[in-house]
Amino acid sequence: MGILIKNGVVYDPAQGIYGEKMDISIDGDKIVEDVSSPERVIDAEGRLVVPGGVELHSHIAGGKVNAGRIMRPEDGRKGRAPRGRLTRACSGFSILNTFSTGYTYARMGYTTTFEAAMPPLLARHTHEEFEDMPITDKGALVLLDNNWMTMEYVKAGDLDRLAAYVSWMFGATKAYGIKIVNPGGVEAWGWGKNCSINDPVPHFDVTPKEIIRALAKVNEELKLPHSIHIHCNDLGHPGNFETTLETYEAVKDITASSDRQVMHATHTQFHAYGGSSWKDFESKADAIADYVNKNDHITIDLGAVMFCDTTTMTADGPMEYSLHTLSRRKWSNHDVELETGSGIIPVAYSPKVPVNAIQWAVGIELALLIEDPWKVVLTTDHPNGCPFTFYPEIIALLMSKPKREEMLKGVSDAVGRRALIATIDRELTWGEIITMTRSAPAKILGLSESKGTLRVGADADVAIYDIMPESFDPAKGYREIEEKLMRTFYTVKGGEVVVKDGEIVATPPGRTYWVNPVGERAHAMREEMLKDLEAKFDAYYTVSMANYPVQDEYLSHPLEIRAG
Amino acid sequence: MATETVTDVICPLCGSLCDDIEVIVEAGRITNVKKACPLGKSKIMGHGRIRAPMVREGGELREVSYDVAIERSAEILSDAKRPLLYGWSSLICEAQRKGVELAEEIGALIDNTASVCHGPTVIGVQGKGSPGCTLGEVKNRADLVVFWGCNPAEAHPRHRARYSHAAKGFFRPGGKKDRKVYVVDVRETKTAKVADEFIRVEPGYDYMVFSALRTILAGHEDVVPDTVGGVEKSKLIEMVDAMKSCEFGIIFGGMGLTHSRGRYKNLENVISLVDELNAHTKFTLMPMRGHYNVTGSGHTFAWLTGYPFAVDFSRGYAWYNPGETAANDVLLRGEVDAMMAIAADPGAHFPGESLRHMAKIPLIQIDPYPNPTTELADVVIPSAISGVEVAGTAYRMDGVPIRTRKIVDTDYLSDEEILERILTRVRELRR
Amino acid sequence: MRKVILITGRTIDQGKNLENKMSDEYLDAVARCEMNESLLSEIGATEGDTVRVKTEFGDVVVRAAKDDGLPDGLVFIPMGPWANAVVDTDTGGVGTPGFKGVEATVERTDAPVLPLKELIASYKEA
Repeated sequence: MGILIKNGVVYDPAQGIYGEKMDISIDGDKIVEDVSSPERVIDAEGRLVVPGGVELHSHIAGGKVNAGRIMRPEDGRKGRAPRGRLTRACSGFSILNTFSTGYTYARMGYTTTFEAAMPPLLARHTHEEFEDMPITDKGALVLLDNNWMTMEYVKAGDLDRLAAYVSWMFGATKAYGIKIVNPGGVEAWGWGKNCSINDPVPHFDVTPKEIIRALAKVNEELKLPHSIHIHCNDLGHPGNFETTLETYEAVKDITASSDRQVMHATHTQFHAYGGSSWKDFESKADAIADYVNKNDHITIDLGAVMFCDTTTMTADGPMEYSLHTLSRRKWSNHDVELETGSGIIPVAYSPKVPVNAIQWAVGIELALLIEDPWKVVLTTDHPNGCPFTFYPEIIALLMSKPKREEMLKGVSDAVGRRALIATIDRELTWGEIITMTRSAPAKILGLSESKGTLRVGADADVAIYDIMPESFDPAKGYREIEEKLMRTFYTVKGGEVVVKDGEIVATPPGRTYWVNPVGERAHAMREEMLKDLEAKFDAYYTVSMANYPVQDEYLSHPLEIRAG
Repeated sequence: MATETVTDVICPLCGSLCDDIEVIVEAGRITNVKKACPLGKSKIMGHGRIRAPMVREGGELREVSYDVAIERSAEILSDAKRPLLYGWSSLICEAQRKGVELAEEIGALIDNTASVCHGPTVIGVQGKGSPGCTLGEVKNRADLVVFWGCNPAEAHPRHRARYSHAAKGFFRPGGKKDRKVYVVDVRETKTAKVADEFIRVEPGYDYMVFSALRTILAGHEDVVPDTVGGVEKSKLIEMVDAMKSCEFGIIFGGMGLTHSRGRYKNLENVISLVDELNAHTKFTLMPMRGHYNVTGSGHTFAWLTGYPFAVDFSRGYAWYNPGETAANDVLLRGEVDAMMAIAADPGAHFPGESLRHMAKIPLIQIDPYPNPTTELADVVIPSAISGVEVAGTAYRMDGVPIRTRKIVDTDYLSDEEILERILTRVRELRR
Repeated sequence: MRKVILITGRTIDQGKNLENKMSDEYLDAVARCEMNESLLSEIGATEGDTVRVKTEFGDVVVRAAKDDGLPDGLVFIPMGPWANAVVDTDTGGVGTPGFKGVEATVERTDAPVLPLKELIASYKEA
C-alpha cells in the first residue's frame, strides 16, 4: 500500500530540510516514516520534491468572482479547453471557471487554496462553488469588519458579545478566518463615501482602527488558528504606506494566542505607495519591509502585479469605484446589506504606464527586501495583481537578477527613478521560495501540522517539479523556471496522484476547512448576543434568521477545526 | 393526523424569493399558505400534476414507467447531433449543475429563461458593468426608487412591501413616507397608480429618454428638445434633480427595457446613467428577475462554464454568443434536432415560429405540471416540485442564495435524480 | 381595423395560473387584449367581444378587455401562447424575440378564441 517517492531532492523548510536527497513515504492520505511494500514507486531522479503549494489569499469562489465571470465573457474565451476524459470544459484567463481553477492549481503543484473574501450573506454561494472546484482543499475568510453588529459592539466596547457574534458567524457561514477589508470604508460606501484609518464611520461613529483592534483581540481570545487577515484602508492611494504602517502598529501590543503573527496584512503591494498624487507616485516597499523586518507580529503577502489584462475584484467597493473613474472600464458593484460590499473592474497593467510599472516593481521589491521568508507569502491577490498563473514568472524574477534586468528593459523608466528594484541584488533560493509558497502560508494560516510540510503525519500533498536543483542555476535558467513550475512532474494530493507530466490524472473532491470556536469566550454571551442579532434580522435583514446559516448540505467534505 | 405549520418557507415562484411564508400541512398535504402573495400561494397550494411519465405513440401520449421514459430520453439525446437543453429557471441549483454536466457530455446547447427575459440585461452588463446591491440596502437606505419598465404590483407582488417601496429600514424608518417612488412605463400600470410620480414614455423610446437624462446630468440641458419619447423636458429635469439630490437611489429595470426596441442597448444606457449618477450620490440598479431561480441558473452556468446563458458545447468547450446560441436563435433557424424543456414552458413563452420547429423534432419535457409544452412533447417526465417537495438552493434577484425547504413528501422523482439517470444512461449508450 | 402597437407582459392572473395553464382560468387570464375605452369603441367592441390581432408574424383571436392605463394606440396581451402567436420573431442579435413594441392591427371579429390545445396543435405539421 501507499506511495514511495524516492531519489527526490527535498525542500521542507518546516523541518529545516533544504535540498537533501531523500525518500518520501505515503500511506493513505498521510506522510509516514516508511512504507514497506508501496503500491507505487515514483523515482524522482534528483528532481525538486516539495510540499504541495498553499494559497492563502485568492479570489476563486463566490458572488463577486462569479459576477466577474458574468461581466467578462471576453475573459472566459481566453482560457477555454474542451472536456477531456477526466476533466470538465475549462474557461477563463483571470476568472477561471471552478473546474479550471482546481485543475490549474493542481498542475502548478498547489493543493490548498483559500478564498480571500466571503460575504456572510452570500456564504452559501462560495461553498456551492467549492463543491464544483476539484482537487484542492479549501477554506474561506469571512468578512466581519463592516458589519453593523461588529461596529455596534465596538462602539459599545463590548468585546464579550463581539466574541460571541464572531464565533456564531463562523458556524453560520462555515468560515476559516476573519477577513477585514477597508474597515468602515465599505459601510461608508453605502452612501458613496470612504474612510481612512482614523475617520469615524458615518452614523456608527467608530474608527477603522477601533474595529481592527477589537477584531484582533477577539481573534486571539477565541484562539482562532489564523490571525485577523486585513486589507488595509486606502488601498491603491498614493502615499498610503503611512496608513499601512499605522495599521500594523495598531495591533502591536496584542498578544497572539499561538506561535504566529497577530495580523496578516494582505496584498501589501497595493498598500506600499509613497507620493501625494499619481505624478509623484513612488515605491515605499523599503519602509514596509523595514517595519516587517523589525517586528514579529506582522506577516504579509505580496499581491504582486504582472503586466496583463486582468480583473480586479474586492470587497472594497469605494476603491473599485475610484479605479473606475480613472480607467472608465466597465464597473460592477454589489453592496451587501448590514455586512459588506464589493466591486469589480477589468484592469490592464501596462509596462509603459509609469504607475503600473512602479506597482510591478513594488511587489517584487517587497519579496526581496523582507529578510525572513517566513514573514512574506507569494500571492498576486488573484486576479487583482494578475492571475495566479503568473507565479512561475514571479518566482523567476525573485530567483534571477538577469530575469529582472531583462524585464526592466521593457518597462517605464519611472521605475528607475521612483522604485528600488534595479538596485537590489538579492536572488532568492529554492529554500526561500518553498518557504514563501508552502511553509510560511501554512504556518500563518495555523495549518502547519498538516500543510506546507512533508513531516511525518502531515497531509500527503506533494509536488515534484522537473527541475534538478543540484545542477540547476536559477539565475541563468529562469526561462526553465517559468516553464517547469507551470506543470508538475507529479502532484500528489491527499495520497492520490492527481497530476502526472502536467496532465490531470485524477479529480478527487477537496475538503473544506472551517473553524468552530468552542471555547468559553465563544459561548459566554451567546444568548445575549443572539437577542441583538434576532432584532437585526427582524428589522433590517431581508432574509430571515432561520434561513441564514449555511446548512451542512453545502459542505460535502467538511474538515472542522475546533478552536478555543 | 396532526396539523403542522412550517415557518420560514421560501416561496419558489418569483425572483423576490420571499422567505417568511407559513405553510399549513395536514396529514402530509398542504392545506393552507399564509403571508404569500396570490402567485406564490397558488403555486405552493398546487394544481393538477402530470400523473405519470408518458411517451407519445401514434400522436397520443401514453403513460409509461419512469424507466421507459428515461430510456427514451437518453436515446433521443444520444442520437442527436444538435440538442438543446432549455429551461432551468424553476428548479434548484443542484439540478442545474447536473444539467450542465449532461450538456457537456452530449455537446449540447444549454440555455435558460434569461434568453427570453433579462438576457439583454446580462449583455448590457457585459458592455457596461453592474452597479448594484442586495435588496436590504434598498430597504435600509434608499430614499429614491424608480421602477422602469417593470410592474411589481403584478409580477412581484410583495417586492414593494418587503424590499423597496414601503419597506421600513434602518435609515428609512418611515418606509413609504421616507422615500419617493417613480414609475416609468409605456402604460399606467398598477404600480404606476401607487407611485409618487408616473412618467409615460412612448413605446421604444426608453433609450432616448436615458440619453436625455444623461445629457441633462452632464449639464447640457440646452440641447435637449422640449419633449423626448413623449416626456416633457421639464419632467426630465425634475427627475435628474431628484436623482442627484437623493442619498441612495435605485432603478429597478424590467422587461419593458429588455423586450422593446434597443434591447441590450437600453440597458447599456441606463447602466451608464447610474454610473454617472455615482459622481453625485449613491445610485444602483437591479433587474427584476422573473422565475424564482433564473438568477441561480445564470450563476451556476457561469461558475461551471464561464457564461450565464446560451452556452453551446458543440465544440467541446463552452461557446457563448447570444444572438447565435440562444434557444430561440437555434429554433428559429431550424437548427436543433432534439430538445429538452425542463422547469420552464417554452410552449407558452416562445414565439409560435419557434414552436413550429419544436413540433418537428423529438421533444423531452421534465416538469411537475402539464402545460403547452406537454402538447408538443414526445416524452414527458413528471418531477417533484423544487422548493415544496425537494430542498435546494435558489438565488434571489439580487444574488442572495437561500436554501428552499422541503415541505411535504412525494413519490415523484426529483429533477436532479431524473437528470442523473438520463446522464448515466446516455454515457452507457455512447460508450 | 385599427393600427396599434402591441406589448405583452406579466399580470397577476397570468402569474396565479403559471403552473395551471391547461385550465379555463389561464385562458381567461391570458387570451385577452387590453385597450382603453376609446380604442374599444373605435373598433366597435365592448369588453368580452372577440378581436383579431394581426402582425407581420401571425394573427390571433382573443377577448377584448378594458384598461384605461393604456394610452391611445397601445394594446396589451398578457404573456402566453396567444400573445406569442403574433410577437416579433427577430431575436435582435441577443437571442430575445421582440415581445414588446410590435406593430399590429386590431379589429372586432366574430371568430372564436382558439382553445389552448388547438392553438398549440396548429404548430404541428399536417
